[in-house]
Order: sequence, then structure tokens, then C-alpha cells
Amino acid sequence: MSNTETGTHVSYLQHKGKYKGILSWLLTTDHKKIGLLYLYCIIVFFFVAAILGVLMRIELIAPGETIMGPQTYNGMFTIHGIIMIFIIVIPALPAVFGNFFLPILIGAKDVAFPKLNLFSFYLFLIGAIFGVLSQFIGGGAPDTGWTFYVPYSAESSTNVIYALIAAFILGFSSILTGLNFIVTIHRMRAPGMGWFRMPLFPWSLYATAWIQVLATPIIGITLLMVIAERVLKIGFFDPALGGDPVLFQHLFWIYSHPAVYIMILPGMGIVTEIFPTFSQKPVFGYTAILLSSLAIAFVGYFVWGHHMFTAGISYGSRWFFSFLTFIVAVPSAIKVFNWVSTMYGGSIDLKPPLLYAISFIFLFMIGGFTGLTLGALAANVQVHDTAFVVAHFHYIIFGGMGFAFFAGMHYWYPKMFGRMYSNKLANIAWGILFTGFNVLYFPLFIIGLQGMPRRYFDYLPQFQTGHVISTVGAFILFTGLILMVYNFVYHIKRGAIAPANPWKGVTLEWQIPSPPSHENFDEIPVITTDPYIFGTSTENKQK
Amino acid sequence: MFTGASNLADGVDRTFVFIFSVAFIFIIGITAFMIYTVIHFSRKKGNEAKQFTGSVKLEIIWTVIPLILVMMMFYYGWVGFAPMRKVPADAMKITAIGRMWQWEFDYGNGMKSTELVLPVNKPVRVALKSEDVNHSLFIPAFRVKEDVIPGYDNYLWFVPTFIGEYEILCTEYCGLLHSSMLSKARILNQADYDNWFNDFKTKVSQPEPDGYLLLRNNGCIACHSLDGSKLVGPSLKGLFGNERIVTSGNSQITVKADEKYILNSIYDPDSQVVSGFSKGLMKSYKELLKESDIKSIAAYLKTLN
Repeated sequence: MSNTETGTHVSYLQHKGKYKGILSWLLTTDHKKIGLLYLYCIIVFFFVAAILGVLMRIELIAPGETIMGPQTYNGMFTIHGIIMIFIIVIPALPAVFGNFFLPILIGAKDVAFPKLNLFSFYLFLIGAIFGVLSQFIGGGAPDTGWTFYVPYSAESSTNVIYALIAAFILGFSSILTGLNFIVTIHRMRAPGMGWFRMPLFPWSLYATAWIQVLATPIIGITLLMVIAERVLKIGFFDPALGGDPVLFQHLFWIYSHPAVYIMILPGMGIVTEIFPTFSQKPVFGYTAILLSSLAIAFVGYFVWGHHMFTAGISYGSRWFFSFLTFIVAVPSAIKVFNWVSTMYGGSIDLKPPLLYAISFIFLFMIGGFTGLTLGALAANVQVHDTAFVVAHFHYIIFGGMGFAFFAGMHYWYPKMFGRMYSNKLANIAWGILFTGFNVLYFPLFIIGLQGMPRRYFDYLPQFQTGHVISTVGAFILFTGLILMVYNFVYHIKRGAIAPANPWKGVTLEWQIPSPPSHENFDEIPVITTDPYIFGTSTENKQK
Repeated sequence: MFTGASNLADGVDRTFVFIFSVAFIFIIGITAFMIYTVIHFSRKKGNEAKQFTGSVKLEIIWTVIPLILVMMMFYYGWVGFAPMRKVPADAMKITAIGRMWQWEFDYGNGMKSTELVLPVNKPVRVALKSEDVNHSLFIPAFRVKEDVIPGYDNYLWFVPTFIGEYEILCTEYCGLLHSSMLSKARILNQADYDNWFNDFKTKVSQPEPDGYLLLRNNGCIACHSLDGSKLVGPSLKGLFGNERIVTSGNSQITVKADEKYILNSIYDPDSQVVSGFSKGLMKSYKELLKESDIKSIAAYLKTLN
């Protein structure tokens, strides 16, 4: 605000705190530094899991054994899933961008519980290390799939327990982050920032945080039950011990379906910040977007059964869960219409963040409509547990959450590091990434419809064309990823100095220097208007 | 798709066609609109942004229209699915048994086939039984799939409407050789089916050797072939009485495959692993097979030489 040009500004990266050197990072309670710690860990783990993904694609280039045996392959898709879901997709957006920008966007100096925040990070790190270790020690990589379906997970002789403990610890990290954010949003908004003057990314984090706090304990207990089953031979789920295997599926999906919304809601929040900035226009339908976030978070609790349509649940529960699944699709559709209308009539600057945000909508629509296909009972019978599902959730999670993450990186990079990346390189990387993504995942829809099951090490010859195209796509995608990350890493020290507000944004993070100072604001701002007011015209004052 | 070969295929395919049509229109429409917006309102053209913030009328329109469309999708899905749970009373009854990693189809009276052979145009109800972990019986051409879960009485039914051979796959991950848990549905005309059934009956009346039954029922032959082909584990053909090079601890030794060797390989598979194969893939069968069972197996293996 005031001292951007005066030269007295000290960025959080240079801030002298209690500790020096590496400890100033490892023991920091600054929400921004914790956000970066998460970011660096997540990038490392992402590449580990992405390389596993590429290796699986190479294996599937031809039927039969190509570069690895079935046991290795089964371990790989399990670890790929566990790392991607529990270490990257669930924590990434809240832990990186939530930590970094939530306090700034609501005009606060930090989150409500900074030490708890650091503790969450270490829980995350311990859980993540456990997850990766499970690949290498003792009885071999877990081979149950990330879903840990019982009875197989109760019987497999591999490191299932390590993976379960990893997921359990990561769950705790997620709960504490959610708790922290809820309190931060309730208690620490700047004076004058009523609930309906809060920007929409914090709103999406608020909806997400409630899911994290309410749903995650269920998976924690469920995973402990599987451990008890394996170690103490208590028959919860394994019919050999008198348990019920479908009960496990219910408990697992009661968490893991809402978890899909933990993944996607903050992604929706990020693109909701990007569209107005690059259109220089207020968000279209602020209230509608906000209410649809809350509706998704709420109804999302009641649709878990659609993962179990073929598990032998009753006829009544099948159509009931199918019905609610279709209901929960409507708020997502509302969001898409509002984003598109936000751009309409604007002054559009097609910079990399907007490019990613627009491709987010495109990929999310494909993921969404194929999700409806899976939600329809008759169609589900054909495509359940096939490559169609694999394509669908990669479109939602990678095309949705992943592209939102990339959009957020390109949007906030100048603020986080005080440097600009190369726009040209970013555009090229986007082109490669977007092409590779569709070449990789779209063929899986086709072979899925033809009956190619998922988690198959080997396949029938009629599916080969699709698999070959998909593998080619994996290489294109990976090239794009490398180029994108290179662009960020190279310019972190060498990029042009970023101004405080490179995109002409109006939310609070753009009112402070890049990078921000240790406590973000010299003076806590007083909020007098709605969050997305561009220009000086008076017509936008009413809601 | 669209090569449905059962009575249920039409309901399923109609659901696909409806949802994909709506999806196609919306995805193309919205994408085209976004591209138009980005070009037409480009900042480079010096556009001033118009500062409107919303429209209740539009919000209502794009809440109601998607709601109607998704309800129609739900309806198509439901109508296509409902007949899948209504089994006709005169349906033929077969039990499908899933075990790691093979299918078996029980026609009653001890008649068990590894292929699902059926007469065309006759309804059949397939009861689904698992002997170990979760499996899922999937016949893409018939648009049927239902999980095979231990302790559960799941079922599916259909009327095959075309003569031919169709793939049967397992679609619930079940461990090492999940992707090899395949079989075939062979649909014959009534006369061919009757012939097959009578042949099958005579064959079944000659009892299989005990050793073979033990190997089959414990899933051994999913990994150890009886015809010399190399699967996950070494083949059992030509095994008995011959010399094997095995890794025991860190050293390689040569042992004779006698009864003691076979017992040891079943009770403690990792102690001696045949060279060229991996450790850790086979569990001990100590609790499942008695020593007398292993004697029968050894007796059967002698006949394979």
C-alpha cells in the first residue's frame, strides 16, 4: 500500500527472525514460508509419482510384459495413486496457495494458529516419507491399489501397513490445516470484511476446510481398522474372519468421495480469482458461486454410494445415490456458466494464468460429463472399473485440480517470488501440456467403453491402438511439465523484477509489495467495498 | 460399443447416447463461446470492460435447465438399469465362482466349466460366489457387470441374443494376475448347446484325479501351468523327479524335485526359488493343504511327465 516505492520494504524471504539459515525455514511459523515448504515437497513427490505414471504407460504400450512384471506394475499403480491422492492432490491447493494467500486475501498477518500450521507440515512430511518408504522396505511395494479394498488388503503380504499409516498421518495433517483455516476465516478477517465481502478463493477454502475436518476422521478410523484386522486378526471386513467387505467400501468412500471435493473446490476458487483479473471485470454471480461451493460441500457427503453401484448394494440405494449424484452436478454447472459470463464483456488479456483457467473449464467439462455417464445406473454397469473411469478422474483431478494448480502458479508466482517468468515459454509449455494431456487420457475413454478394465497389467489385443496413443501422450505431457517447471525454476533468480501488481488485480494480495513483507501488511487494511471492484465507476457498487 | 449382444444392451446404449449428445452440445457450445469471448473482447482491441456483476434471471435459467437435463439423464440410467434387477422366473441358473485368478461356472451336479456356455435367447441368472477376495464379473458385449464378493449373494442376469464368443473379464482388482482372470462366454444355438451339455455330462462322470482337483481348487494352476508354458511360476509339467536349479539363501544349488521338495515348495515357497523366477510372489499354503493332500498332488504330478 504505502511503502512500495520507499525502499524500506523487507520481503518475507529476507526477513530476519529468531533463526538463521536453513532453520529460518525449518522452524518458520510464517504462513508464506510454510506454503513454500509444502510447494517444494509437493513438486518433488509429484515428479516421483509422475515418473511412475510414465513407467506404467511404457509397460502398457504392448500386451504382455514389456519392461516390468505384474507385481512391480501393481505396486506402481498403488504407489502412484497413494502419492498423487494423499500427498499431492488433497493437500496441494489448501496447503500451498491456501497457506500463502488465505491470510493475505482476508487482510490478516498470519493464520490463526501459526505453530499448529508448522506442525501440520511436519505431519505431512512424516506421512509422505512413510508413503514413499513403503515402496522400498520389507515385503515390497503395497499392491492393493490406493483404495485398499478388503479382503485383498488384509491378505496381501506387501507393505500395506506402512501405506495405511502414511495415509493416516497425512489425514491428520489435513484435519489440522482445515481447522486452522476455519478459525482463521472466522476470526481474522480485516475490519469491514463481512462474509460477503470475502473473495471467493477464501470462500472455497472455507467449504473445503469443513470437509477436511468432518470427513477425514472417518478414513483415519477405517484405516486403523484395517491395521487391526491385519495385526490382531479382528474380523471387521475380512469375511474369512467373519467381517463384511462391503462395509469397508462404505466407510472408505464416505471419506473419499467428499475428498474429491477437497481436491476440486479450491481449484474452482483459484480460477474464480483469475477470470475477473484478466477480464478487468467483477465476478459474475458472486453469490451464486459462493452458494454453489457450499452446496457442493454439503451434498457431496451423500453421494459416496456411486462408487459402489456394482458392489451388490440394494436396488433402492442404487437409484438413491444415482439421483443425488445428478443433483450435485448442478452447482458445478452453475459455476461454469458464471465463469464464462465473467469473461463476457470484459477487457481480456490472454496471459498464461487465464490460458490455464480456460483450459481448466474445458477439461473440467469433459471430466464432469463423463462423471454423469458414470452416475447413470445403466451406463455405470458398462464403464464401472474400466479405463473410462481412469480417464474420467484424470480429467477431473489432473485436468481440473492440476490445471487450477498450474493456473495458480502462473497467477501468483510474481507475488510469491518477486520475479516474472517468461510468458512465451509459459505459453509453449501450456500448448505441449494441454496437447499431451488430451492425447494421453482421451483414448482411455474409448477403450474403456469397449471394455478395457482398469488396473490391468496385460490386455487383449483389440485395446492396443488406444494404449499406444495414450503412451505417446504421456511423453508429450511429461515434456510440457518439464518445460513449465524449468520456466519457474530458471526465473526464480533471473526473471525480471515483478511489480506489486503485474496483472492489475484488485484483491488484497495485489495491494502489497511483491514479495510481501513478513507480516504482509504494515497496517491492517480496512475494507469498504466488495472484493472485485475494477475502475472507478459507481454502477458496480450495488450487488 | 454398439455391439450389444444381450437384451440389456439397448437400455445401456440409449443412456450413453443421450448423455454423450448433451455433453457434446454443451462442451462444443461453451468452448466456442469462450474462444469467441477471448477474441472479441481482447484487451489488444482496446475494449473497455463492462462492469456488470450478475443477473438473477440468468442464474435461474442456468440452474433450471441443467437440473432438467440431469434429471433426464438420471431417468435414462434408471430405466435402462431397472430390468437388470428383475430376473424372469424361468431363467436358467448357473453359479460363477471367482478365485485368484480364474473363473469357473457351476452348472450344478458337480458340472464345472471354465467357460460360460449358453443357449441363445434363453434368460440366464448367474449367481456370483467368491472363494477368496473381491472380483467382478464383466461381459462387455452383454452390458453386465456385478462384483463377486466373499460372503455376498450377488447376481446378474441377461438373455444372450446373438450366437458367438464374448470376453469375460474381471474388473475388481484382485492381486497379482488380475489382468489374466479372463474367460469366454460361448453362445450356441439350442441344438449345439444340447450336444455340448451332453458331452460335458459324460466327461464329468469320469472323476478327475484328486491331485488335479486340489491344484485347481487352490488356484495353483493360475500361476503354474500344466502344459509347460511359463507363467508367473514354473510349469508343473515334467517337474517330478527331475533336477532343478534353485536359489537358496544366497547360493544356487541343484535339487531333485521329489516329494520332499514339493512339500517344501508349497509350505515355504521362498526358501528355494527356481532360477529365473521371483521371490515373494507365492504365499505359504501350510494352513490350506495337509501333508496327505500334498501326497495326492505329487502322485498327480508324476502323471504329467
